[in-house]
Amino acid sequence: MANILVYGLAHEGTVNKNSRGAVSEAAKVASELGGEAHAVLVGTNVDDALAQQLGAVGATKVWTVNAAEGVAQTAADAISALVEAQGYDYVVFGGGLLGFEIGAAVAAAIGGGITVEATELAVDGGRLVAKRPIFGDTLLSTSHYKGKGVIVARTNAFEVKETGGSATVESFDAPASAAAGQVTLKVRGEQRGADINIEDAQILVTGGRGLGTAENFSVADGLAAAFGSGAAVGATRAVVDAGWFPYAGQVGQTGKTVAPKLYVGLGVSGAIQHKVGMQSSENVLAINKDENAPIFEFADFGVVGDLHKIAPALTEAIKAKKG
Amino acid sequence: MKILVLVKEVPDAAVEKTIGADGRIDRSGEKTLNPSDTNALEAAVQLKEAGADVSEIVAVTVGPDSASRSLQGAVSRGADRSIHLSDAGLAGSDVVATGYALAELVKRENPELVLLGQQSDDAGCYAVGSVVGQFLGQPALSQVSKLELSGTTLTLERQAEYGYDTLEVTLPAVISVSDSANEPRYPSLKAIMGAKKKPVEKLDLAGAGIDAGKVGTAGSGVECKDFQAPAAKAAGTIITDEDTAATVEQIVAWLDSRKLV
Repeated sequence: MANILVYGLAHEGTVNKNSRGAVSEAAKVASELGGEAHAVLVGTNVDDALAQQLGAVGATKVWTVNAAEGVAQTAADAISALVEAQGYDYVVFGGGLLGFEIGAAVAAAIGGGITVEATELAVDGGRLVAKRPIFGDTLLSTSHYKGKGVIVARTNAFEVKETGGSATVESFDAPASAAAGQVTLKVRGEQRGADINIEDAQILVTGGRGLGTAENFSVADGLAAAFGSGAAVGATRAVVDAGWFPYAGQVGQTGKTVAPKLYVGLGVSGAIQHKVGMQSSENVLAINKDENAPIFEFADFGVVGDLHKIAPALTEAIKAKKG
Repeated sequence: MKILVLVKEVPDAAVEKTIGADGRIDRSGEKTLNPSDTNALEAAVQLKEAGADVSEIVAVTVGPDSASRSLQGAVSRGADRSIHLSDAGLAGSDVVATGYALAELVKRENPELVLLGQQSDDAGCYAVGSVVGQFLGQPALSQVSKLELSGTTLTLERQAEYGYDTLEVTLPAVISVSDSANEPRYPSLKAIMGAKKKPVEKLDLAGAGIDAGKVGTAGSGVECKDFQAPAAKAAGTIITDEDTAATVEQIVAWLDSRKLV
C-alpha cells in the first residue's frame, strides 16, 4: 500500500487552490497505487472545517500540526517526521514559494528525490512518476524515484475535483528543529499600492520590464482605455518589485491568476513564473523587442519590435476602428 | 563574518538546450556564469558596502574543470577567493545530491551566511538553497528581494503566496537572492584581471571529505527519462515590425478575426 501525503497551504481560513488541486491529483493516482491521498495542515488555527476543505477534494485523512505557519522550516520538520512515522512513499506540494522550500527540505531530510514544476502525476510499473516540462516547455521529462519521492507542482497545473467526501482528522505533534527557531515571520501577506481588480477583466494589457519606466505605464493605460470597459492593466513581478505598479495588479506565480479573452503583453518576456498566471488566456498578443523572449513561444500573435512605437499606433487604430 | 556565495556554470542562454545521449542536459556548447548568481554576489558586496563586518566573500562551485572560467567570473564580481569541487563521481547528481555536496563544502568553511541565486538557468529547480539549509541544519529562505543585516540578525523581505512577507532570521542561514534584489554591476577590467590572481582551492570528493556514495547517479534519488515532446499547441503567428503602420494593420486584422475589437 502506498499512501501519498499532500501539503495543504492555508491562510485566513482557506486552503489555497493549488493545494486542493494537488490533493485531487494525488487522489487520482493513489487509487491506481492501491493507496489513499492524505493531507497535512500546519498552523496555529487549524480546525476541522479547514481540514474538511481537503476532505471535499479527495483526502481521506488530514493531519493537523499546531506550529507556526508561513515559515518553511516548521512545516518541513513536521512533514519529515510524519513521513517517517507513517511510512509515506510520496509527498506532493501544490507549488508556490513555500511548496518549493518545504518540498526541497523534506526531500533532503527523508533522502528522497525531488521534482519541481510537475504538471502531471501518473503510475508506471506500480510506482508513482511525475511529468515536468523542461527547456521552456519544449520537452516533457518523466521523473522516476528510486525510493521516496517529493513532487512540487507547477502553479495551477492540477485541477481541483470536488468529490463531496470527508476526511478523518487527527493531530500530529512534531518536534521543531533548532533551525525553525531561528526564523520569525514578522509580517505576512502585506498588500502594497492601490487595490485594483485584474481577475475579472475581459482584456488585460500587461506591462513588463520592456516598458522601461513607471511613467511608461501610460502606454498600457492608453491601450486598455482604447479597448474600452472590460479592459484593465496588469504587470509582471519585475515591475511590481521595481515599484512601477501596485502588487494587486501582478500576474504570475506569486501574484494573480488570470484568464481573460485577450491578454496583451507589452515588453513582457514571458518567464515561466509569469506564464503560469496567464496561460489560460484565450488569446495572447505579445509585443517585445527581444525575438528570443519566451513569450513568443506561446503567443497566438507576436510582434518583434519597439512597443513604444507600436502600442501607441495600435491604440489609435483601435480607437479609429471603434469610432 | 564570512559570506559564501554558491555559484554555477550553465549553458549560455543563446544556446538551444537539448538532452544528450546520456539522458542529461547537453552542456557541450558555450557556457556562462548562471545569471541569477550575479544577484547573490552583488548582494554580498552590498552587505559589505553597507557597513557589515564582512571579513571575506568566498565563491564556491561544484562542476567540471571547465567551470573554472565562470568561477573566475564570479570572483571578479567581488569574491576574495574561491573553491572548486570537481570530480567525475559527481556527474549525474540530482538536486539533493548536489545540495549535499555543497553543504559539505559549506561545513568546511563554516560561514555565517550562505548566499545563492534564486534559480539556475538550466535545470531551474529553485530548490538547492533549501536542500543545503536542511543538510546544514540551518534555515533557508528563497526569493529574497531585500536583505538588511544588523549584528547577527538578518531582516528579509520577499513576495510570497499572499503578498509581501517580512522575516527575521538569526544567522547562520542560507539565503536565495531574487533577481529583483539588486542590479548587478559589471566587474571592472581591473577586477577581471585581478580575479586571476585570487586564490582558488581545487578539491575532489576525497579531498573534500564527501561520501562518494551520496552523489552522482548512484547517490541520486530521482532519475529523469522518457523525454517526449509535449502536446502540440497550434503555433502562433510571429511578425517582425518593419513598417509600423503595416504591423498595426496586421494586429488589428488578427484582433478582428478573433472578434476582440
